[in-house]
Amino acid sequence: MTGVEHDAIVSDRSSRSNSVFDRAIQTSGDATSGHRALTRRAAVAAGLAMPFVAQGQGKARVAIVGGGFGGASAARALRQYAPSVDVVLIEANETFTACPFSNLAIVGVRPIEAQQFGYRALAADGIRVIHATATDIDATGKRVALSNGASVPYDRLILSPGIDIDWHALPGYDEAASTRMPHAWKAGAQTVLLRDRLAAMPDGGTVVMSVPPNPYRCPPGPYERASLIAWYLRGAKPRSKLLVLDSKDSFSKQKLFQAGWARLYPGILEWVSQSNGGTVTGVDPAASVFKTDFGDHKADVANVIPPQRAGKIAAIAGVADKTGWCPIDPVSFESRLVPGIHVIGDAAIAGAMPKSAFAANAQAKACAAAVARLLDGGTPDEPILINTCYSLLAQGYGISVAGVYRPVGGVLAEVPGSGGTSPLEEADDFRYREAQNADAWFKTIAHEAFG
Amino acid sequence: MIPRAALLTAVLLGAAAPPPGGASCSGCHGGTGMPLLAGRPAADTVAALDGFRAGTRPATVMSRIAKGFTPTESQAIAAWWAGVAP
Repeated sequence: MTGVEHDAIVSDRSSRSNSVFDRAIQTSGDATSGHRALTRRAAVAAGLAMPFVAQGQGKARVAIVGGGFGGASAARALRQYAPSVDVVLIEANETFTACPFSNLAIVGVRPIEAQQFGYRALAADGIRVIHATATDIDATGKRVALSNGASVPYDRLILSPGIDIDWHALPGYDEAASTRMPHAWKAGAQTVLLRDRLAAMPDGGTVVMSVPPNPYRCPPGPYERASLIAWYLRGAKPRSKLLVLDSKDSFSKQKLFQAGWARLYPGILEWVSQSNGGTVTGVDPAASVFKTDFGDHKADVANVIPPQRAGKIAAIAGVADKTGWCPIDPVSFESRLVPGIHVIGDAAIAGAMPKSAFAANAQAKACAAAVARLLDGGTPDEPILINTCYSLLAQGYGISVAGVYRPVGGVLAEVPGSGGTSPLEEADDFRYREAQNADAWFKTIAHEAFG
Repeated sequence: MIPRAALLTAVLLGAAAPPPGGASCSGCHGGTGMPLLAGRPAADTVAALDGFRAGTRPATVMSRIAKGFTPTESQAIAAWWAGVAP
């Protein structure tokens, strides 16, 4: 017996009604711009006029959209910090496939199943888990509309929608193109597709990867992937090459990566910076070609890491700005654009914090504490947040970047004198211990989020 | 010893949210390789953080993280974790 629901109708204990929202649901949940503008204006007015305190109407209700590291961690932290609050987690998939460590799955040394987690532990915690897609949000009536026709009322909403691929940003790269040139930047079927392409490539082939401009999910992720693909080629297909076409001239942990590449993968991995013509201006999926201003590159195996934006529901809710990401208050993680909606994880503009699973988990717990305090009529404490991102250059060779962050002048800023990368000059033993730490971190964070 | 403010919060909310910074620790320190902080005497955690901050205690990543916290903040975090059931 679990609390996981599939097609359940969620009861509305408050019996608040909103005819505009009802009409939006009837028209398939994809709101018109007129309705959207009305909702947003009304939401701002309502939020300023009367912050909702759930008294005399039973339990306070928090809805969370998105069951990744952010959403799952937020749900469990709320159960811990505010056990009297009714927590509903809305997540389309019954199985979550984690991105951290999925680069090992791409090179065939980690089963994809090791990346996968369910929601039974959350249900056992008393979290109501609904497997449906959130299709619309009415910030005035405080309801989330679901793909199964139900709707979920809330007093506060936490959005942790992660990323969506921006299918219009790179000419030639649409959803159909991703079956020929996988992105593998949302783990799952795409990860397996890229793995299978690599495995099927004859020795002597060329792998080409493109890296987008900032910001995107997991800043050092492309370079870990490049390292591990080079590691795979060196062992399994030593006459092959990897070309990394980058839209940037600098990147996370760059000196550590480049020192490792020079030592481990000379003649295999070539990184082309923006200044050297690395910017990919378009792709031709039928020909498996990357286009740049300096010429075309044909790939035997292509991996396009495309430009991204906050998950679609963020734009629907009106919490994403023109950049495609979501501005937030760094103390409460409440949206700067729509009151009552908090945004955490990759979708949020979190100042100096990177878009990582560690950051999403840390933000989730800070946000849960803030939401618990707000529902109690109090004022949230200023949080301090930590991030640590590990990258593998090979099996048993790990590096890290860490940071500590506080709200300063309305944004999350890194604490001066703290954080930074692993030392450049270190013995192999240090790299081995960081690889072990990376492994321990993944087990711990996955356990905290999913049980 | 749990700080007075934390106890008050515990009464109001029914469960204690950690002091600022304290929630992030469990991303790594959850019993799979890294030292477990829950139930650990506060003095031990404070001594470790002081050593990491000063550079006198060997570290991979904690030397970088400890520098982001003042001694007072470290003490509050250590005290809170000491009161959590392991």
